[in-house]
Amino acid sequence: MRKDNARSLASTFAGYCILIFFALVFLYPFVIQIATSFKTEPDAAAHPLSPFPDPMSMGGYEKVFVNTDLPLWLGNSLLVTVVVTAGRVLLDSMAGYALSRLRFAGRRAIFSSIIAIMAVPGVVLFIPKFLVLNQLGMYDSYTALILPVIADAAGVFIMKQFFDSLPVSVEEAARVDGAGVFRTYWSVVLPMARPALLTLTIISFQGTWNEFPHSLVAVQSPELFTLPRGLADLVSGSLGKGTQYPLKLGAALLATIPVAVVFVVFQRYFVRGANEGSEKG
Amino acid sequence: MTARKTREHLAGWLFVAPVVVILGLFMLAPILMAFWVSLTDWNGQGSPFRSGVPFAGVANYTRLFTEEGLARQDFMTSVRNNVYYVAIVVPAQTVLALGLALIVNSRLLKGRTFFRAAFFFPSVTSSVAISVVFLFVFANSGAVNALLGLFGVDGPQWFADSRGVLHLLLGAVGLVDPAVPPEALTSGGPFGLSWWEWLSGPSVAMTTIIMLVVWTTSGTFMLMFLAALQDIPVSLEEAAMLDGAGRRQVFRNVTLPLLKPTLFLVLTLGLISTWQVFDQIYVMSQGNPAKTTLTPAFLSYQTAFRSFEYGSGTAISFVLFAIIVVLTLVQRWVMRERRHA
Repeated sequence: MRKDNARSLASTFAGYCILIFFALVFLYPFVIQIATSFKTEPDAAAHPLSPFPDPMSMGGYEKVFVNTDLPLWLGNSLLVTVVVTAGRVLLDSMAGYALSRLRFAGRRAIFSSIIAIMAVPGVVLFIPKFLVLNQLGMYDSYTALILPVIADAAGVFIMKQFFDSLPVSVEEAARVDGAGVFRTYWSVVLPMARPALLTLTIISFQGTWNEFPHSLVAVQSPELFTLPRGLADLVSGSLGKGTQYPLKLGAALLATIPVAVVFVVFQRYFVRGANEGSEKG
Repeated sequence: MTARKTREHLAGWLFVAPVVVILGLFMLAPILMAFWVSLTDWNGQGSPFRSGVPFAGVANYTRLFTEEGLARQDFMTSVRNNVYYVAIVVPAQTVLALGLALIVNSRLLKGRTFFRAAFFFPSVTSSVAISVVFLFVFANSGAVNALLGLFGVDGPQWFADSRGVLHLLLGAVGLVDPAVPPEALTSGGPFGLSWWEWLSGPSVAMTTIIMLVVWTTSGTFMLMFLAALQDIPVSLEEAAMLDGAGRRQVFRNVTLPLLKPTLFLVLTLGLISTWQVFDQIYVMSQGNPAKTTLTPAFLSYQTAFRSFEYGSGTAISFVLFAIIVVLTLVQRWVMRERRHA
């Protein structure tokens, strides 16, 4: 018995050691990022491991706001993210509801097509999306940034799964009271779907805020760059390699902060979103 | 009754119409259009459907496989790079995710929520922003080399080093001299690359991207394993323990079989996503140095949008599509065979 206790104590200790090691590996790059964004350039080059800026400098951030178009990229990202997220929540939930509850011809075919679309690798669609946007005369516009991604197959799938899990009785009561389909959807079903809607809102926000390849093939004018696009341009283009790290890491940090805040506040909804994938299999 | 049915029918279509139109217009139609473009030599000027666009037939495809030349050499190089990338990333991220999930799942542990969040956080952040951080961490005078320096190791110039890791290993054990590779390996090989080139392993530069990706994706997969682990009834493992099974035996004979569906899902998702690596390559290396981080996804982008050879670019992306579909089917088949055995 005592031997068992000693063994479990030892394994708990080993467990903590492994965890702390990995927690450092997973979090220290962010610590370095935050610290370096407040360093001077010579300090960043001389002490890359140090978590303390010496001296403390806001120079990187000043340059970000003066020498780059970051405020513009922030504005574009905000606009695109808000519109796309609102659109996805509305359109995906409407489609998910119809596919789960309304009987209409072609419903099954539409649902299987949505599953099929989820399986198409995104990378394969780079050039095709550009072709369509070009053909429709939308290339290089806000419409090109927003419209192609305003509905997504995975979101429809999540919503349908959720509605499938709800009991029909409440809607039936509303129907008996004489409410139409839209009325039932809007005032009975949507309020019940709040947890699923929140999950969808959060994963759309995160996905759209971080989206890079779509902006790469949808627009080319610097006035239409979103934050990831501007950041990529900053690193690979105008500034070149190996210099200005406080500025670059500061800009990258500003791109990370909104997602980080949402993550800390709504962590369990991210978890739900991540595990939504496991139901597909 | 029929009036209500008609109304429901109409409402159903109204509700799905926006999604159907958008997905049809930006997912389905593009694929058909792209297939046409992959059969032409369209250069991006005007519409690809005009009569003046030169028709190439399957030439854009055959160039990648049978014709000697730069197109095939670049494509095969990108395939080689991606094969090594997949072969390391998929097992590494799966093992790491499972390991972390097993530790984080332990009931004895305090602060589980914190550790879960710490491991998951990198997966929700922007791939572009994270790539910028890793550019700094792996810079010549960056954190990794500073850390190696503490142990007296001279770190490589990560992003400039095109030497293959397998070449370096073979050199280190004295089997071959990487500077003077054996002629038997350099003189020939399939698809325009010599055996020596096929056997390079990932380059040092590619290794940094591999580390970055394993680091960012393990968190998501850890959560999937965790969800599956929590579905396993505790009584099952306890019963096995009472029957005298050791921890390792319980894991191999009870836990692991129950995790099989999740393992399958994680491997499939891993295979699908590793063949699509793009953002990190774009930000960190653009295929350099010496094309050792070129992947089919980046090559297709580069061919279309930098060289304006849309036909070749789309052909590459369709081949990539086929690779992903075939691998997924093969994997499904392999797992099914095992299940019967």
